[in-house]
Amino acid sequence: MNYRARRLAIPVAVLAVGLLLAPMSSVGAPMSSWDTKACGRVGGTLVFAQAQDAVTLDPHDAVDGFSVNNTSNVFDTLVRFKMDSTAVEPSLAESWTVSPDGLVWTFKLRSGVRFHDGTPFNAEAVKFNYDRQVDAKNPYHTGTFEYAEFTFQNVKSVDVVDPMTVRFTLSARFAPFLTNMAMFSTGIASPTAIQKYGKDFFKNPVGTGPFKFVEWVEKDHATYEANKDYWAGRPCIDRLIIRGIPDNTVRLLEMERGTVQMMDQVNPPDYDRIRNNKDLVLFAGPGLNTGYIAMNTQNPPFNDRRVRQAVSHAVNKAALVQAFYGGVGQPAKNPMPPTIWGYADSVQDYAYDTDAAKKLLAEAGFPNGLDTELWWPNRARPYLTQPQKIAEALQQQLAQGGIRAKLVTYEWGTYLQKTRSAEHPMAILGWIGDNGDPDNFLYVLLDKDNAQIGKASNVAFYKSDSVHRLLIDAQQASDQAARVKLYMQAQELIHRDAPWVPLVHAARVGAYRNQVENFLLHPLQIWWLHRVWIK
Amino acid sequence: MGWYVGRRLIEILPVFFGVLLVVFAISHLTPGDPVLIALGEHATPAAVEKVRAELQLNDPLPVQFVKYLGRVLQGDLGRSIQNSERVTVLLAKRFPATIELTLGAMLIASVVGVLTGVVAATRQHSWFDGLSMFVALFGFSMPIFWLGIMLILLFAWYLGWFPISGRLDYTLELTRVTNLYLLDSILSGNWAALGNALRHLVLPAVTLSSVPLAIIARMTRSSLLEVLRQDYVRTARAKGVAEQRVVSRHALKNAFIPVVTVIGLNVGSLLGGAILTETIFAWPGVGRLVVDSIFARDYPIVQGAVLVIAILFVLINLLVDLSYAYLDPRIRYG
Repeated sequence: MNYRARRLAIPVAVLAVGLLLAPMSSVGAPMSSWDTKACGRVGGTLVFAQAQDAVTLDPHDAVDGFSVNNTSNVFDTLVRFKMDSTAVEPSLAESWTVSPDGLVWTFKLRSGVRFHDGTPFNAEAVKFNYDRQVDAKNPYHTGTFEYAEFTFQNVKSVDVVDPMTVRFTLSARFAPFLTNMAMFSTGIASPTAIQKYGKDFFKNPVGTGPFKFVEWVEKDHATYEANKDYWAGRPCIDRLIIRGIPDNTVRLLEMERGTVQMMDQVNPPDYDRIRNNKDLVLFAGPGLNTGYIAMNTQNPPFNDRRVRQAVSHAVNKAALVQAFYGGVGQPAKNPMPPTIWGYADSVQDYAYDTDAAKKLLAEAGFPNGLDTELWWPNRARPYLTQPQKIAEALQQQLAQGGIRAKLVTYEWGTYLQKTRSAEHPMAILGWIGDNGDPDNFLYVLLDKDNAQIGKASNVAFYKSDSVHRLLIDAQQASDQAARVKLYMQAQELIHRDAPWVPLVHAARVGAYRNQVENFLLHPLQIWWLHRVWIK
Repeated sequence: MGWYVGRRLIEILPVFFGVLLVVFAISHLTPGDPVLIALGEHATPAAVEKVRAELQLNDPLPVQFVKYLGRVLQGDLGRSIQNSERVTVLLAKRFPATIELTLGAMLIASVVGVLTGVVAATRQHSWFDGLSMFVALFGFSMPIFWLGIMLILLFAWYLGWFPISGRLDYTLELTRVTNLYLLDSILSGNWAALGNALRHLVLPAVTLSSVPLAIIARMTRSSLLEVLRQDYVRTARAKGVAEQRVVSRHALKNAFIPVVTVIGLNVGSLLGGAILTETIFAWPGVGRLVVDSIFARDYPIVQGAVLVIAILFVLINLLVDLSYAYLDPRIRYG
């Protein structure tokens, strides 16, 4: 879900010249994808309004995107995502090597970096941050650190080799490891500050990142100032304010008045209002998410592949995107979005064809159609902008294909619990990528390892042995091209078996006033704001 | 009187225990799990188990309750599951926002509501009576979010008289001691912040006052009309007391008992937070805190906040009861 970026101990001007002369960036090279443009103007205050204020400013404990938008501007990770993709590049680690068996990763750290409180950054700090998150008995294990299980999966130990070299030893070969080291929850915090503040570190964040923490008025705003000693060059703006304004309309009104310069989560019906305002810019790019219907493949009638294919033929995805995603989403044919490498564009989606649906149902023994339930979550998600309306539209579409579905919903927490426990015949759910690795979609959501009743993230309870073999091989392959091939094959098989109807990849959307320059909403939908300037 | 107050305060204890028990039971028996909800689709079984164990959520519920009760009796309401903040600190930050909003709204509702009700009653069947009662009905029926957005559009976005949302401009420095911004700015002599905080308060307070204002106006009117028909009022008029004095001295005080009851009940329930108003105006009050915490299954916050709200409610009702004795000397306690 996020990362950070930058490097470069050389002055920006030299860098810019270097950029012109040198092609970008081999590992450890001084240039990064983030620093290709020098600041057009330095100074000023930028106010970014999001739908909620942060819950915590501790990167290890953050789980919601609103907190992550705060922490990601304060903390750096060992490696970071490139400015416009989920490929990684050096950050606090200048370079790294991996042993031939894929188990030992050695990171050479950037020297001369200091935390905002003056503490030097080094290998001890990296190890301190790791221990704090994974060891429940560590005195500084002051949060629940839910993400640590994910980011450090398969990590056996972290060792300090020398002050500027740190070694991660894995218990099994695990290709997504490096990408996980770019995720927001691996942000490196000042050990001094963690020791000083203890349980209050979450409101006194100290990192090495481009912005220094100034003040947090909870449920209102947080204030940051530029870290003028930032190792990759100071941010263009002097001050960053991140406000929480929960009502989407009110947030837009604030931006129209100019009291706010940027906002997230625009209501699709407001897209045109923004496009027609010459002072405002609507940013829409492909999102890193998938909304889908999962059919419970273990129970009738959806244990029959023909029934699942019938459902796939009955859904008109293009109409959904047009009606509910302001036309800027993308109909989905695979479980993962095309923004991720390894996407199988060769897959031919099931055509919207109600006759084909009825024919398949008849073949499966339902000549008069069938009665079932379609579950929907009563909470808007990025991939499910208007849950109830989308569910009702799907209900109508399915009925035309002979699938008469009763709509069922529960409050979010209950919904998650029940779908994990396989109580649903069909359920609408979705997924937002954590790190841009295909494993994060395909293995998590469709591997039989994750189809354990009560704990499943594979809520189709799809248990294909051939898919499982491909996904495990892909986890252990060290060669990217080999992984791509394996994921392609897996997507073909999943498409054939149709445990899901992939519905949509919602766009990532944000809006800003036109005085804001050099902004690109990252595919992970984290608002990194250090390279933005105000005209 | 003293004995009465003492008895009423002792009655808080069973209320306190009952509230704790009920809220604890409801929040823990609701399906869903704090970790599951925090991580949503991303919760791994291992993460859920690990954190449940760390939070001691695997103990039997009665054991958890007894432990919790023991801590509460020592004044420890626990820490938030989401960010480990002390619940007492959190409440000390969020309640003042709600108190400021509630008092602002109830000030508007009481003053305007009582005045409207009195004028409407003394000019029964006049155009003012008809119009004001119609407007009151309108205010009562308006969905709060619609009214709030309309006020913002007209007075903040279009006319620019007031800020759109928030409690204070981020550009202003304010030493936050009580977190009652009006009080804090007066205490520190920060007049710029005082003016700014007042301007931020107007629209949400007006929005929130719409419903109680309507009730108070209608209640004042009907109660006063009834009192004005009493024998002693006729006697006063027969003695030649001026009408204005009849209303203000003789009738109004007696008519106030139901009005004060309504005001007290409204203050009590508004202190529980006004989720819609707080959401529209990005007001960091206790209503949003409770609702957010319920959805996140942040049990310590829900329990602590409901406990404090319940105690406040009981105290305000006590004050209302005591005010009866002042308004109607026939009522005696003790």
